[in-house]
Amino acid sequence: MELSEITVHRMNPQIDPGLHVWGWEIPVYLFLGGLVAGMMILGGHLLVRGHGRRPQSVCHRLPALAIALLSLGMLALFLDLEHKRFVWRLYTTFEITSPMSWGAWILLLVYPALVAAFLVARGTLRPDLARRIGQLNMALGALLGIYTGILLSALGARPLWNSALLGPLFLLSGLSSAAALVHLLARDREEQTLFMKADNAFLATELVLLVLFFLGLVSSTRVHLEAARLFFGGPLTALFWVFVVGLGLVVPLVIQPLAVRHRVAHTAVAPLLVIAGGLALRFVIVYAGQMSHWR
Amino acid sequence: MARYGMVIDTARCVGCMDCVVACKTENGVPDGYCRDWITEEARGRFPTVHLEIRSERCNHCDNPPCVTCCPTGASHVEAGLGRIVLVTHDVCIGCKACLASCPYDARFIHPEGYADKCTFCAHRIQKGEDPACVAVCPTRCMHFGDLDDPHSEVSRLLEARRNHALLPEAGTGPRIFFLT
Repeated sequence: MELSEITVHRMNPQIDPGLHVWGWEIPVYLFLGGLVAGMMILGGHLLVRGHGRRPQSVCHRLPALAIALLSLGMLALFLDLEHKRFVWRLYTTFEITSPMSWGAWILLLVYPALVAAFLVARGTLRPDLARRIGQLNMALGALLGIYTGILLSALGARPLWNSALLGPLFLLSGLSSAAALVHLLARDREEQTLFMKADNAFLATELVLLVLFFLGLVSSTRVHLEAARLFFGGPLTALFWVFVVGLGLVVPLVIQPLAVRHRVAHTAVAPLLVIAGGLALRFVIVYAGQMSHWR
Repeated sequence: MARYGMVIDTARCVGCMDCVVACKTENGVPDGYCRDWITEEARGRFPTVHLEIRSERCNHCDNPPCVTCCPTGASHVEAGLGRIVLVTHDVCIGCKACLASCPYDARFIHPEGYADKCTFCAHRIQKGEDPACVAVCPTRCMHFGDLDDPHSEVSRLLEARRNHALLPEAGTGPRIFFLT
């Protein structure tokens, strides 16, 4: 038998026997960041379409909720830092090659944009200003959503994450989770239907992106192929296929089109599954990436 | 401008771990952590099994992913000191992106919270001394110097002997070479 054995005499915490630097905090932050990104895009879209004038519109409630959820996410991110008292160092520099630095500055722009959306959604201001702020929220939401994926894909040492598709994948996942949440919150019939239809489109696109993501991995080098195997017979197979793909994508994609056509009752089941699936996706990708390596 | 690197003769290394002990002593590395370590790689089919023993550490890469992903600039290339890769402790926020970006798993979080790793004993090489691991090696298998100087010991060894770096396919441009 051909022998190929590597013994490493090192036992650094969080590094050995396998990388485990990020626990629950980062997946929760990435999920909430993506969800808020989706809420900014959808809420911004409503502002652009002049829904601020409708007293029942969900766009009145989205910005405050988004600020609360993003703050929770930021708290999770802060809890993950190991050298907390130096967190302010993020804002003494801009490191153009670091997605995390981009993210820190994007987050600093997101808060005032959400506050502006909160103020104009009260409906007393000029419609053209509401439209502008809606557009700003959509643009910043897209940046925020893509950044949550690029953050991981820029870490070249983990083959699973070496795909720029993680950016659009996390953006679409954020959009689908946000559409599901907004659908649950909406009281306006037209908005309810709009977001359920939109959610179906987001979920279908997300499914296509997942297929492309895996195609990229299996058509690349040995280490990328091994990374993909984590989901095809490896330790994350069940978690990924049951919770992310099955319950988070396929089941809602079956239920929601039927609900749109009034073939089944509108319930909270499908939107809740979409939201849970979005959270599961972040956990699975963050954990799997740490399991993948070049050696 | 110098470009410091290391050349390690695997035909001489016996894996005694003197380099590990020297590093821990010299740099006050906390218990349970190490900046350098021994790796044993066995390959082949019995009876022709080849064993390579390597003293490994941060590769002070030419294209260091830990530096490009650092959001605060704490991880940086020290241009004035052979382009070695260092971490400024009170600029590091402990986000661990650098740990995740290193294909050699050369970094760890110091118990005080900042990212830590081999510095090539920056405080010693500033004085013209070798890093502690090189200085104590009982088999004299480790060599430190300027890879850009064709007359340096490391350049001459690389010219004369077959060698390899670790994971060159990762594209990081590692600057530690192992003579075979």
